[in-house]
Amino acid sequence: MIRTESVYMRFGGLTAVADLNIDIRKNEIVGLIGPNGAGKTTAFNAITGVYKPTEGRILFKGTDVTGAKPHKITDLGIARTFQNIRLWKDMNVLENVLVACHLRMNVGVIASTLHTPKYLAKEKHARELAMELLDSVGLADQAGEAATSLPYGKQRRLEIVRALATEPSLLLLDEPAAGMNPQESLELMEFISSIRDRYDLTILLIEHHMQVVMGVCSRMYVLDYGVTIAHGTPDEIRNDPKVIEAYLGVD
Amino acid sequence: MKRNTILTIIALAIFAAAILLADSTLGRFTVRILNLSGIYIILALSLNLLNGFTGLFSLGHAGFMAVGAYVSALLTMSPAQKEMNFFLAPIVTVLRDVQLPFPLALIAAGAVAGLVAVIIGVPALRLRDDYLAIATLGFAEIIRVLITNAQTLTNGAQGLKGITKYSTTTVVWICAILAVIFMLALVRSSYGRTMKAVRDDEIAAEAMGVNVFKVKSTSFFISSFMAGIGGALLGHLITTIDPKMFTLMLTFNILLIVVLGGNGSITGSVLGALIVTILMEALRFLDMPMNILFIKTEGLPGLRMVIFSILLMAVVLYRQRGLMGNKEFSWDGFFGLFSRKDKAAKGGRA
Amino acid sequence: MDIATFFQQLTNALSLGSLYALIAIGYTMVYGILRLINFAHGDVFMLGAYFAFYAITAFAMPWGVAFIVAIGLTGVFGMGLERLAYRPLRDSPKISVMISAIGASFLIENVGIVLFGGRPKSFPSIALFDTVVRFGSISMLSVSLFIPVITVVILGILLWIVNKTKTGLAMRAVSTDLDAARLMAIDVNRTISLTFGIGSILAGIGGIMWTMKYPQLNPLMGIMPGLKCFIAAVIGGIGNIQGAVLGGFLLGFIEIMIVAFLPELTGYRDAFAFVLLIVVLLAKPDGLLGKNQTVKV
Repeated sequence: MIRTESVYMRFGGLTAVADLNIDIRKNEIVGLIGPNGAGKTTAFNAITGVYKPTEGRILFKGTDVTGAKPHKITDLGIARTFQNIRLWKDMNVLENVLVACHLRMNVGVIASTLHTPKYLAKEKHARELAMELLDSVGLADQAGEAATSLPYGKQRRLEIVRALATEPSLLLLDEPAAGMNPQESLELMEFISSIRDRYDLTILLIEHHMQVVMGVCSRMYVLDYGVTIAHGTPDEIRNDPKVIEAYLGVD
Repeated sequence: MKRNTILTIIALAIFAAAILLADSTLGRFTVRILNLSGIYIILALSLNLLNGFTGLFSLGHAGFMAVGAYVSALLTMSPAQKEMNFFLAPIVTVLRDVQLPFPLALIAAGAVAGLVAVIIGVPALRLRDDYLAIATLGFAEIIRVLITNAQTLTNGAQGLKGITKYSTTTVVWICAILAVIFMLALVRSSYGRTMKAVRDDEIAAEAMGVNVFKVKSTSFFISSFMAGIGGALLGHLITTIDPKMFTLMLTFNILLIVVLGGNGSITGSVLGALIVTILMEALRFLDMPMNILFIKTEGLPGLRMVIFSILLMAVVLYRQRGLMGNKEFSWDGFFGLFSRKDKAAKGGRA
Repeated sequence: MDIATFFQQLTNALSLGSLYALIAIGYTMVYGILRLINFAHGDVFMLGAYFAFYAITAFAMPWGVAFIVAIGLTGVFGMGLERLAYRPLRDSPKISVMISAIGASFLIENVGIVLFGGRPKSFPSIALFDTVVRFGSISMLSVSLFIPVITVVILGILLWIVNKTKTGLAMRAVSTDLDAARLMAIDVNRTISLTFGIGSILAGIGGIMWTMKYPQLNPLMGIMPGLKCFIAAVIGGIGNIQGAVLGGFLLGFIEIMIVAFLPELTGYRDAFAFVLLIVVLLAKPDGLLGKNQTVKV
């Protein structure tokens, strides 16, 4: 599904990501873990086109997408959420999802403005899809509320819904459980595996608390100071001396 | 729902009748203010599209207006009129012989202004917010310098005189109403939503598949198209144009309207345009010599602009949302205003 | 063009570049600290010239005293401007602050028109600066020689303040990270206020020297130099004092030399700066000496 080949990300003298080689197959849920500042988000930014990798290639479904524009990458089927929630604050919950629907609506500015029948049909379909998605995370009742007035946990779920509205095949989640208590985290992980099945997704998720993702991921990559120090199944990772060392005193 | 539709139709009918009767019943001065307001509505909406709906801070409006004003003026003038205007150096022959009917010239004015904007926008829209402001201001200044120096194309600093007065009340207000309807339709459409997303968070918009650069360019094109139309109408209203008209001061007036009305509110821009245009004319006396209580003062040119500058700063400092915030007029909101007062009054009595 | 004319133009360029540099520093310092284009900076420059004018003509001060008073007043004015127009908006969206800056600029200009009158005034002649100096066949006003010298001296003092004093350290800290500086018990408001004060003092000095060289005052005289100097600051890399100086000189030289060598382009003189701005921004968006900035996601 997605493969990075020796991706390096350097900023001036700082190497944020070094020699990143991840390879994820269809319908896997894979974790990208590591302490704060390990380069996880930078890796996401390189994959989603926010940054252009200094070196290396990124292949998505076999095509080279290295350095493509973020909206192009989303169009190809990679969607993401943000660690520091980035909802559109002056829009309500439903509108936040509708903007993401625009990508697949395929209407230009002229058809939009003239409200052509074709546009109206697509708009109706988008609204139905958006409501259906919101309903699946229990946000349908709050569709008309300002997105940023939602409690933190719901904002995170709204971000996931928004990403799903772009109809991706690969979903990148950046610390989806941040700020949640263990119970909420557990429910979230169940939700993540349920959307994988329902929308036929492949998921890569970032987390710095290893325990949270142990249950849901089939494999994990561990980053420390930009370097991949281990990868394997949760069990292998748990017993890896290098991982234990990196995390010692952290958790 | 049905009540609101009926109310809208009635309001529009009254409004249309008022516009049709305006020329014959109102004095020349009042009609002029009315028409200026209509033009300022178009201009304010166009700036609001950038500033309020797409989050692009542009200070280049005067430049695009100048382009529109010159294009339409030159395209509608007869060859004889042009010969009279261009006494320092003759006009280039291609332009001398062209004469188009006004509606076509008006569309051409918008199209050329929009085209110039796209050429400018391709490099400028990659810039960060405040650099964009300076770059667009720079482009407007460059346009002005070019117009001043292109003697055989624009008649340079002398400007153009005797432009046909096509901007009648009906023409101006049909354009203004079209602009309002167009803006409402655009802003409430799916494309309009992507513009707001770009405004609120560009990075998130890009990540959700919005082609940010394309949305910005489109917004910039539409805005400049409207500015070109507004500039053309202005030229055909006051019948003379010269490069000095199109300075930053003009952009400032439009910015004042947008900020006063509320960044991101169409209703706000309409109200703001009416208020500012009327005040602008009503306060004209401040710049003239005055005779108050037997005390004669000399004219204080600039005093009027002092008031407008203070008004702008007061809005930004104390009421950043302007009159309307980013809300729009609706009949329900309108009646809500009264019923709330009713309730308050009843509560007071009980 | 003979060699004499060339040197003539070179001194012209040097003094114009110096003036641009002085004003550009004010933009760059304020931008560095608040990420704000102080649109009113050009008008502060205008006020400096008017203060000096009235100190000499209305208050009959000797020119030396008049200049010091005027420069001091300009500095105080700059601090007051920050207090009234910018400080209340410190946490507001950038567009609001920019609109406030534009409002302030128009306000100062129009109050200027009301108070000083719209008609240009001519600055009284001061013998020391108005003497014609001759080197062989080159002749110039003495002020053209004073300007670069004074600029270099001021620049030295400024760099000393920024790099060697505690205040300068605070300025650099605030410009790197305002919130962190506040946590380190730096008085952020005072530092910002001082930055405006220093920037305005430089604009005041620039304004006075400008009117010595081009002795016409009018309330709108600050607009064009203001815009050009902001451009100079951007070209050099905004936030960077050396960059502002480089940009100022570059702009001064290009402007004078194009007019000197290609006189048919004189009408386009005011457009050069903008063309240069756009070219530089496209080629090197962070300016010639600017640091490359990455947006954090």
